[in-house]
Amino acid sequence: MRPADSSIKSVSISSEGPPAAAKRRRLNLWLIVAAAVAVLVAAPIFALVVTAWGGSAGLWSHLAANVLPAAVRDTLVLLVGVGVLTALLGTGTAWLVAAYDFPGRRMLDWGLLLPLAVPTYIIAYAYLDVLHPVGPVQTVLRDLLGIENPRDFRLPDVRSMAGCILVLGFVLYPYVYLTTRAMFLMQSANLIDAARTLGAGRAAVFLRVALPLARPAVAIGVSLALLETLNDIGAAEFLGIRTLTVSVYTTWVTRSDLPGAAQIALAMLLVVLCVVLVERWARRQRRYANDAQNPRPLARHPLRGASGLLAFFACLLPIFLGFVVPTWYLLDQTIERVRFAGISPAIPTEVLNTVLLSAVATAIAVVCALVISYAARVGRGAAPRVLVRAASLGYAVPGTVLAIGLLPVVTGIEAFVDSAATRWLGASTGLFLLGTGAAVVYAYVARFLTISAGSIEAGFSRVSPSIDAAARTLGAGGLRTLWSVHLPMLRPAIATGALLVFVDCMKELPATLLLRPLGFETLATHLYGEAIRGTYEEAAIAALLIVVVGLVPVIILTRIGARAEAEAGMTVSARAAAQDAPDGLPEQVRGAD
Amino acid sequence: MGHTPRRKRFAGIVASLFSAGMAVGVAAAEEVNLYTTREPGLIQPLLDAFTQETGIEVRSIFVRDGLAERVAAEGRRSPADVLMTVDFGNLIDLVQKGLTQPIESDVLNDAVPENLRGSDGHWYALSMRARVVYVAKDLDIDSLTYEQLADPDWRRKLCLRSGQHPYNTALVAAHLVHHGEDATREWLRGMKQNLARAATGGDRDVARDIMGGICDIGVGNSYYVGLMRSGRGGPEQVKWGEAIKVILPTFEDGAGTHVNISGASVARYSPNRDQAVRLLEYLVSDQAQKLYAEANFEYPVKRSAQVDPIIAALGDLTVDPTPLVDIARHRDAASRLVDQVGLDQ
Repeated sequence: MRPADSSIKSVSISSEGPPAAAKRRRLNLWLIVAAAVAVLVAAPIFALVVTAWGGSAGLWSHLAANVLPAAVRDTLVLLVGVGVLTALLGTGTAWLVAAYDFPGRRMLDWGLLLPLAVPTYIIAYAYLDVLHPVGPVQTVLRDLLGIENPRDFRLPDVRSMAGCILVLGFVLYPYVYLTTRAMFLMQSANLIDAARTLGAGRAAVFLRVALPLARPAVAIGVSLALLETLNDIGAAEFLGIRTLTVSVYTTWVTRSDLPGAAQIALAMLLVVLCVVLVERWARRQRRYANDAQNPRPLARHPLRGASGLLAFFACLLPIFLGFVVPTWYLLDQTIERVRFAGISPAIPTEVLNTVLLSAVATAIAVVCALVISYAARVGRGAAPRVLVRAASLGYAVPGTVLAIGLLPVVTGIEAFVDSAATRWLGASTGLFLLGTGAAVVYAYVARFLTISAGSIEAGFSRVSPSIDAAARTLGAGGLRTLWSVHLPMLRPAIATGALLVFVDCMKELPATLLLRPLGFETLATHLYGEAIRGTYEEAAIAALLIVVVGLVPVIILTRIGARAEAEAGMTVSARAAAQDAPDGLPEQVRGAD
Repeated sequence: MGHTPRRKRFAGIVASLFSAGMAVGVAAAEEVNLYTTREPGLIQPLLDAFTQETGIEVRSIFVRDGLAERVAAEGRRSPADVLMTVDFGNLIDLVQKGLTQPIESDVLNDAVPENLRGSDGHWYALSMRARVVYVAKDLDIDSLTYEQLADPDWRRKLCLRSGQHPYNTALVAAHLVHHGEDATREWLRGMKQNLARAATGGDRDVARDIMGGICDIGVGNSYYVGLMRSGRGGPEQVKWGEAIKVILPTFEDGAGTHVNISGASVARYSPNRDQAVRLLEYLVSDQAQKLYAEANFEYPVKRSAQVDPIIAALGDLTVDPTPLVDIARHRDAASRLVDQVGLDQ
């Protein structure tokens, strides 16, 4: 809080002081505050480096000989599978709703976002139950075929690579859908109309014009889906796929080798950063393709009869599999459970805890993102960009690993404040972070800051620098410009960023589990406690509530309006592009104005 | 540099704000703080009974992974009084990391057999669970050794949870103690070839998968049988429990059945040490041991306590006498062997 206070003071003073000196001071202060935020957010990663350093390298020969070949192979297969599936689903549905008009399109337009509300670990549990030999699908199938014993007829098991790819693909495709649809809606009109006029068929327009133009958006969406896949522990482990993330776990939990686990996690982080860099580089190469000079909205072609119906069902399928089936299943289980055992009295408190933690974290993440983005806007040189990237590190490591890195940071702060408070105030502050839920909020902010930062940066890039200049000329200081000029213009960007952060906080499990106070449960920890006992049906209520509460922001997201929708695409894209948001997509957005 | 009145007032407000959250707990008579890797649903009835009997409030936090890291990071400020785990490997790990303190209690020493507690009073087992074999009901088989799980007869017919799960790592470590590294590697290879599906999920999934015809045989903990068959997990699970029969396997040399424990230690910096000891003593009392058996279908550690009829019906349990500490020492090697053989891949 303190640095922010001093910046306010200095800004108000500087607007009356000599211009040159004031400007220098103002910039430095924004940068200092932003640097403080970045340091706090990146601190757990540094703690991990320290932990990893303390271990021996002996682990790696074991890993190289026994674990890495299979784990790397499985991780790659999973990533390629999920990447291809999300790209196909996301791009295909986005093109249908952007370029064509058919029965039910308006509903599908936002319905396609719904799977975003379903956490991967929940969909994995749901599908194992639904598709199990003794579950509803196969039981009905056997009845139809007149087979009694499941031994005589079985569908392939969900607990396989294929099952894992399918399950993850159907909840992660909305990332691609969001980014790509925005791109289709904004960018391609002129060229696509030209192609149509020149007699290109539907397939040719899509494959040869729209798709190449949308490639950067597809790349961003897919890289987001892949980051989610890589950080996922619940679903993949549950379905028996041993990725590198699971190896981090095994090393730490089963062999009590935390330094070793930190080493693997950091190695993975390096790989992730490489992927992000490659993606950025690839995007940079194609930027010329997206600078449509005079874009007009794409005219939707009406699809009638069979083709309209086909388009409808093609868009319905992912919603059905990614949202309707798991939600229907959870609803069914909840009803059965409530009949059998009633509702746990703890549920209302858990809903409150979940919403409260997520809301506080979201608010802080938005403020921090504003500070960092603004510092990047007004600052010069490489420093602001380095800060932005440092602040995005948290998203690139698995949640548990981040939480473990946070522990020494949090307790270090506590010890420092405690000794200071004991000395100066005569009162001990104890574990004021771990004991109050503040540590969980810290973890959320560290992990998801990049989402809101990316969104706000994309928003900033649409605000012409001449507006800043005008505000300054009229005597407004940095803070006043931000507050009364930028903030109103940024509202849609802030809203979409905040909603995405909120949904992610709600779904977050590992850091919540490790860092929450005594006797404090959220929906996710409740769900996990039940699921770990194998009593999934008891977890159904909590799971259903997570989906329902998660739906609210998703629905708001779809209602922010066309302009914000476009930004939502950029917002999501900002997760992956957080490393470089200012020079990537936003320019394309600017073209649309 | 004297404090101005305003600053003093500010300091007072800050101090009271910070201590407010903690003061609430302190004010409420006696309390004890429990950090547990044990699923909260299983332990809650016991804690409620303890509070009812002693008036001591129990505040608990369920932490799956990272219990040791959290307690270690909290250090001297840690509010943790009792640390509870559901695997002796994890429990002994806490002791080795210096996060526990020894206690002397005749009550505990009388109730808990010597092989089920640390010789120095650092840890105590509270209940036992046997690692048993579930087989399809219609199979004509009544006895089995752990070694036979690797027999080619069971090719593609075996269901297991992850080999890296503490319950399985402990079993592999016990096999290591009995037979050494080479034999254990071969055993794991045989089991890998026998797998009917990926080694994942939970023990109850094994029963359900046997019912679903995915496999004929699988490994699971004894108490899940009670939880399923008693109907406590809902009507669906009764069917899973009825679809299997249970064999208490032994190691080949007739040594007995492998058991794991749930157990507890008093935290090194426990602020409520007396209450912590009282909680542990309560958990080995006749009443609590009965609850362990009835509510959780576990084997009581106290010899005088009865097991639940559902569990008694599984047969007489002869515990493998290998000291748990020996098994715990081989945990790391067992985990590496599981990796080496690629059981989970």
